[in-house]
Amino acid sequence: MNLDKRLFEFIRSTQTLFYFTIFIEIIIGICVVLQARTLSYIVNQVYLNGAMLNEVIINAITLLALIFMRAALVWSGELSANQIAVHVKNDLRNRLFNHIQSIGPAKLVAQPEFSTGEISNVITEGVEALDSYFRQYLMQLISAAIIPLLYLIIIFRVDPLSGLILLLTAPLIPIFMVLIGSRANELTKRQWRILSQMSAYLLDVLQGITTLKIFNRSRAQIKVISVVSNRYRNTTLGILRVTFLSALVLEMVSTLSTAIVAVEIGLRLLTGQFSFEQAFFVLLLAPEFYLPLRLLGTRFHAGMAGVEAANSIFKILETKTSIPDNKAMSEGESISVSYTKTTKFSTIRFEDVHCIFSDQRAGVNGISFEINYGETVALVGSSGSGKSTITQLLLRFLEPTIGQIVIDRCPLSQIFIEEWRNTISWVPQSPYLFNDTIEANIHLARPNASHDDVVQAASLAYAHNFIQKLPDSYHTIIGERGMYLSGGQAQRIALARAFLKDAPLLILDEATAHLDPVLATQIQKSITHLMKGRTTLLIAHSLFTLTRADKIYVLGSGRLIESGTHDTLSHQKSLYKNLISTAGVKP
Amino acid sequence: MKLSPDKISHPTRGSSSPDSQTRTVIRLLSLLTPFKGLVILSVIFGAATVGCGIGLMAASAYIISAAALQPSIAVLQVPIVGVRFFGISRGLFRYLERYVSHDVTFRLLSQMRVRFYEALEPLAPARLLQFQSGDLLNRLTEGVNTLENFYVRAIAPPFVAILVMMFTALFLASYDISLAITISIFWIALGVGVAVLVHILSSQPGRNLINLRAKLNKALIDGIQGMPDLYAFNAAKANKDRIISLTLNLTKTQTRLARIDGIQTSLKILLANTGAWMILILAIQLVNQERIEGLYLASLVLVALTSFEALFALPDAAIYLENSLEAARNLFYIVDAEPEVQDAAFPINLKFQPNKPILDIQNLWFRYPIDDQSVDRKDKRHYVLKDISFSLQPGERLAMIGPSGAGKTTLVNILLRFWEFEEGKIFLAGNDIHLYSQTDVRRVISVVSQQTYLFNTTVRENLLIAKPDAKDSELVKAAEQAQIHRFIQSLPNGYDTWIGEQGYLLSGGERQRIAIARALLKNAPLLILDEATVNLDVRTEHQVLETIQTLMEDRTTFVITHRLTMLDRMDEIIVLDKGKIVERNTHQELIQSDGVYQRMWNLQHDIITSQ
Repeated sequence: MNLDKRLFEFIRSTQTLFYFTIFIEIIIGICVVLQARTLSYIVNQVYLNGAMLNEVIINAITLLALIFMRAALVWSGELSANQIAVHVKNDLRNRLFNHIQSIGPAKLVAQPEFSTGEISNVITEGVEALDSYFRQYLMQLISAAIIPLLYLIIIFRVDPLSGLILLLTAPLIPIFMVLIGSRANELTKRQWRILSQMSAYLLDVLQGITTLKIFNRSRAQIKVISVVSNRYRNTTLGILRVTFLSALVLEMVSTLSTAIVAVEIGLRLLTGQFSFEQAFFVLLLAPEFYLPLRLLGTRFHAGMAGVEAANSIFKILETKTSIPDNKAMSEGESISVSYTKTTKFSTIRFEDVHCIFSDQRAGVNGISFEINYGETVALVGSSGSGKSTITQLLLRFLEPTIGQIVIDRCPLSQIFIEEWRNTISWVPQSPYLFNDTIEANIHLARPNASHDDVVQAASLAYAHNFIQKLPDSYHTIIGERGMYLSGGQAQRIALARAFLKDAPLLILDEATAHLDPVLATQIQKSITHLMKGRTTLLIAHSLFTLTRADKIYVLGSGRLIESGTHDTLSHQKSLYKNLISTAGVKP
Repeated sequence: MKLSPDKISHPTRGSSSPDSQTRTVIRLLSLLTPFKGLVILSVIFGAATVGCGIGLMAASAYIISAAALQPSIAVLQVPIVGVRFFGISRGLFRYLERYVSHDVTFRLLSQMRVRFYEALEPLAPARLLQFQSGDLLNRLTEGVNTLENFYVRAIAPPFVAILVMMFTALFLASYDISLAITISIFWIALGVGVAVLVHILSSQPGRNLINLRAKLNKALIDGIQGMPDLYAFNAAKANKDRIISLTLNLTKTQTRLARIDGIQTSLKILLANTGAWMILILAIQLVNQERIEGLYLASLVLVALTSFEALFALPDAAIYLENSLEAARNLFYIVDAEPEVQDAAFPINLKFQPNKPILDIQNLWFRYPIDDQSVDRKDKRHYVLKDISFSLQPGERLAMIGPSGAGKTTLVNILLRFWEFEEGKIFLAGNDIHLYSQTDVRRVISVVSQQTYLFNTTVRENLLIAKPDAKDSELVKAAEQAQIHRFIQSLPNGYDTWIGEQGYLLSGGERQRIAIARALLKNAPLLILDEATVNLDVRTEHQVLETIQTLMEDRTTFVITHRLTMLDRMDEIIVLDKGKIVERNTHQELIQSDGVYQRMWNLQHDIITSQ
């Protein structure tokens, strides 16, 4: 039936509209009955009673009025159905977005079930797929349940025999639909699969066309494409041969029943058991009786697509956050200590911090260390050693499972989260660039900054030069007309953001990308400049930064293995030495 | 593709300018000409379906009208047969119409895929890059899929409607010409008037809708994928406010469009019913004047009413047509591009001679052609390669190094004849490269590049690309030499394991080994290594480089890299910076001299742990 109870929950909030729409459907049905009644009366009067036009003109005008009324009702019915759809879609979109936000940035990435791309797809396309579900399928389903019943009652009162014929034939439609439908459903899914296989094949060939060309194999693909494409046509037509049967049955049941009714009434008219007026009335209503059922059949797919979309939507909504044993990252809980950019802390202290993920994997496993005001602290370690968990904890994307982070004497969890984040400049290795202008992307760091401030920050990050060369300079929209930035460029935007934000605490994930010498020097200069006068926690990837750090913490499997400076650490037989000596490939 | 034979959905509205509209229509229609017979058949079936509906109601009304006069049953014989016939055949005709029209659609799509590929193949990769869009390929496949509606929903309905209207008008005119004229007015009002009205009313909000949806989607994606950055900058609330305001606007626009949709539906009902009403009034007058018999009154009204079925699909057909044209224009635009490189009219055979350099480049200058989409960026048209000269003797090993963006890969693409150059000369085996066919040039060059494309098929097929007629033993030998044979054997189905996007995913090192195996199979005399190991981690890189040694044996090799590895084994190193050759010498010499090479060397040894 393509119904999802969970979707009905959403209709509940638009109950009035929902009942209003059903009410309108019923009034339309009554209009149709009255229209048939009036028309059969007029034809009867003119044909059998020899009435002149002016004798039936009142009825004719009534008929016209009914037609106009019906049209107006159809219009308002569609509008209210649309209101329901819009309402539910907005509601779902908001819930999805809130849910995802409540999962939080760090945990979202850790969600194994969905990629962020999939989630974006559900929240955009998936929600829109419900539009036709509500506007077309659901309303049709309801009217298919009510309207034929209305007509049936009226026809029974006029002519029980015809009523009986309709009553007996009508169930054939759903019965055949189910019989063919389940087979067709299966076949339709198969067709989807074949189609996506073919599309994937085509995409594959197009993506690999350069490779094919290098091997002089690209012309040979023409024949293959033709073969694959024709095979697809044959299979699909084979499938359609079955699925089209449902259309055939829908049509046949309704036309044949109408034909039977016409003949059966006609024969009774012959013997004078029945009046022409009643006969014509029944004949007019008979096809209307089947119409809602037939229309429902045509909207079956809107229903199927809607339920599928609903499934993926609720799959997200029903996911619990991946790290349930953590305190929720709610912003209301922690308002107690006020904190501003100018507040000077003297130490940030990690006190035996554990951060265990729900899959028992430990991000960090009992870490204690200190960052003093004005210091540059470097974290080193292979991937998975806990470096990024530490930055996420400090940014409060994650909360410690055990232990705490203390700023001077105040636990971090008691500092108002937004104020705390205001004191941090974060330069991730691959910053997210928003689908907006370059300027807006830098502006994010300080929304009230002037254009000159933005340009100055970009210059300090050595980004000004390349930005100027973009088609619309600072107003170039990222992502448009293939305007994507390279990794090196994106990192410089992140640096510009940090310069613009000008916060006392800097968290920096150094790029590992292979850069050209000039660029590397520029970025190193820029980072050195950025670190000046700030407390810095950096995830280091180059000797250049390591030699300049006040303290180096070497991490392994979520634990602190060694600490010291570059000089002290490289003089002993250490993990550190091992880490840095794998660097640099000998020619 | 067409999934639901019965799906009724409102197509999304696009916008377009009327220029060259007709030409695109003609071009699209010309694609239909090979299936003329099927097209005519499907239109006839479509019209017959509607015709049977009309016939059924007309004959039914005639039966009860005639029966009301209580004649002998014999009078009803013919209409009863008619009713039965129409009742059965309507379903059958609908079935046939569906079937044939979908056959046409699939034939059309199949033909289009082949045609588009044929047209695209010479354009790759140079011209395709020029369209400046990362999702060009998606756009192409999607465009072809959009055209699935072209025949069934855009082209067939008007023809069916015309056929039905013609016959119905003739039928009505046989009673009185005024009936035919009157009903035609209503037909035109519905078929053309409503379509035009809907088009005018919805084009502005339709554009808004597309726009708003794109904006909302971007904001949502930003909000999800950029969440860490938004949180870190305390900007999540601003993003959410933006989403809320966009949603409000979207709601408003969707409501406006729903109003227009509603107008369309109710106008259809209004026009069909008032049309039948007009026929009723006219027919009553004709009956009153005894110009027609009252017996036909009921039938005439029902014929008029049911004839509108043929026109209900027309307003949507206009929208489908517009969408199809939009898609077609995009496709034609790409397909119509001139190939970058044209073959010589009478190409000569390529043969290497031992005494001549394999490759000799003399004063090559290159810049990318102007992208016609952005003429305003003429100043960007700088030279990517400036005055490049070098030669490669048989058996020689030459490396070209330089920072990314220095123009190294461009040079490879020129050698592979993907790009045409204007200034300078390239000699291959002693002759101007222009004298050969592109196929011949590519036959003698093996390339192992940084991104090895693996097709979504078996390992075997992926290897066979390099040599379609290779025997199994040859495949195994190449795989062994590339040190990938054991790995392949460990896969679930060995050489028949499906790899690529939907199959087994290979690691970077494994992919490169496949590429090496391909190059071994191809066995071309000139080997180009284009950043072949750049995406690998240090340890894997070492291992793959060892394997590459095998590949380089007995082959003239041209290595391109910005990672300074393997360079002590090169006969000569050319350092390229900003399109120019700035240094050339052996590794030992270059490392001593204070230059780009030395700076790169130092930088490389500064980078530690990559993730």
